Amino acid sequence: MLLLIEQCLNGLQFGLLLFLLAAGLTLVFGIMDLVNLAHGSFYMIGAYFAATFTALTGSFVLGALLGLAATLIVGMVVDLIALRRLYGRDHLDHVLGTFGLILFFNELVRLIWGPAGMSLPVPPWLGSSVEILPGIHYPSYRIAIIAVALLVALFLYIVVMRTRVGMLIRAGASNREMVGALGINIKLLYTLVFGLGAALAGLAGLMQAPILTIQIGMGENILILAFVVIIIGGIGSVRGAFVAAIFVGLVDTVGRSFLPDLFRLVMSPAAASTLAPALSSMLIYLLMAIVLVLRPEGLFPVAGK
Amino acid sequence: MKDRLTVRTVVIAGLLTFLALLPLYVFVTGHYFPLTLFTRIVILALAATSLNVILGYGGMVSFGHAAYLGVGGYVVGILAKEGFYSGFLQWPLALAVSAVFALVVGALSLRTRGVYFIMITLAFAQMIYYVAVGLDRYGGDDGLTIYRRSQFGEWINLSSKIQFYYLCFALLMATVYLTWRLVNSRFGMAIRGARSNDRRMRAIGFPTFRYKLVAFVIAGTLCGLAGALLANHTDFISPAMMHWTRSGDLIVMVVLGGMGSLFGPLIGAVTLLVLEEVLSGLTEYWPIIVGPLLLLVVLFARGGIDGLLVSWFRRS
Repeated sequence: MLLLIEQCLNGLQFGLLLFLLAAGLTLVFGIMDLVNLAHGSFYMIGAYFAATFTALTGSFVLGALLGLAATLIVGMVVDLIALRRLYGRDHLDHVLGTFGLILFFNELVRLIWGPAGMSLPVPPWLGSSVEILPGIHYPSYRIAIIAVALLVALFLYIVVMRTRVGMLIRAGASNREMVGALGINIKLLYTLVFGLGAALAGLAGLMQAPILTIQIGMGENILILAFVVIIIGGIGSVRGAFVAAIFVGLVDTVGRSFLPDLFRLVMSPAAASTLAPALSSMLIYLLMAIVLVLRPEGLFPVAGK
Repeated sequence: MKDRLTVRTVVIAGLLTFLALLPLYVFVTGHYFPLTLFTRIVILALAATSLNVILGYGGMVSFGHAAYLGVGGYVVGILAKEGFYSGFLQWPLALAVSAVFALVVGALSLRTRGVYFIMITLAFAQMIYYVAVGLDRYGGDDGLTIYRRSQFGEWINLSSKIQFYYLCFALLMATVYLTWRLVNSRFGMAIRGARSNDRRMRAIGFPTFRYKLVAFVIAGTLCGLAGALLANHTDFISPAMMHWTRSGDLIVMVVLGGMGSLFGPLIGAVTLLVLEEVLSGLTEYWPIIVGPLLLLVVLFARGGIDGLLVSWFRRS
């Protein structure tokens, strides 16, 4: 029972992290209609920047903030140089072009930081654990991740739904030419949104970094998960991404820890130990396939698309 | 259209002649490395050609095509591990299992469109990838070494590098021929029509879903054949055969060479893999050059290399 609560919290934390990654992806897709495979590269770059800046400044918070700013800039530069020309093209072109960017960024990181990978230590003031319920201790760093991610979700909601910039973003999503004709610099707006998405991915990367190691290609597998999230949630819907991210996070984490025990109840231990890990890795893809077969537009389809 | 001596025809004829005569060079000089490299290229060109059937002609962007490489390879590998070495058993079974897998994936995926289709094919490839990772008996994550290549009795000896190369080359040519017959048939017209305007095709009475599904199964089956060849070539199978970046590589080959062009995937495979080979000899960081190059191809050469050859001829 204690384990279940802890695993649920882990799932929630992982889900919120996925949400940070998926939010940028779904915004970029919903607004610019761009499939960005290189989104995982920003996740990786954010972690590398944060680790470097933390080592330089000696402060985790300062390092994280500088890392975020740097990722934002990299995202905007990538948009200005390359991706801006891909808007309005076929999705296949996006897949191919951003696939090229992944190769580029992976090698760039290898060139700058070396192949060995880095580590970003948990800041000492978050190194302990908190008793959240009687008898249940939970690491305060993971609680901090949950808190930050929830704040970011709230911030995104307010920006997109309650501010003038958010209004322009939504308007740009439904009719690009019309917003442009009304005198709004739509290209600048897109670059900003792209930078924001990159920074969100970077935030996810640098927050995950102390839990896992920082290495080349770290963004690729989680990127696929983020795609699963936005597909289940309905492409372009931030709300859908939020619900789907938590759902996927919970199913993945809880599935991995409990499926082997569940299987052992109905079959021999040997069979269970071969079948369960494979099935728990497949679980969310299975989930996505089922969702797509039943609702080809995802759970929260964006109206008018 | 009359056959004329265009730049494009010359390039393709040159490439085919080169591929056909390569073993001669190897035989004379005794350097086996080019043959190993080009066996790999020919096998992956076969896989890319199969992808071209659905991607180039049918407009279905399958981002999980490497899964069939894996399925074909694993059928050969698993049978070899269990002591069944006969190619007459291994290969038809590899094709059959790939076909069934493609039928299931296609039947579910073709219900969706656009980016959802890209992602659902990717999801299925990931699923089969994790199945392979979970196969502890067959090496799991580490893969499985195949100690004996498929046996074809007195007919062909796959352990002979030159014989194996010619087998792969012949199968590639057969696949290209099959593709040519296919896309110029009534069936091919139907899937090309569905690519341009699916709704109109349905309105004039073509059940496009069934046509696309058959094309999807054909492509998957042919790629399964490439998988069986690849397993025999490397004497090794591992989940890495169907990693999603491998699916990306296959798409790159098709688009680089020229989508919906008969020899495009072959040109793309040769270009990409030779470029990788050359660049990796120059610098350890070769993807830093290939990556932006892909972006440039997407931005400025939409028809791929084949498209460039055609337009070059028109201008001159």
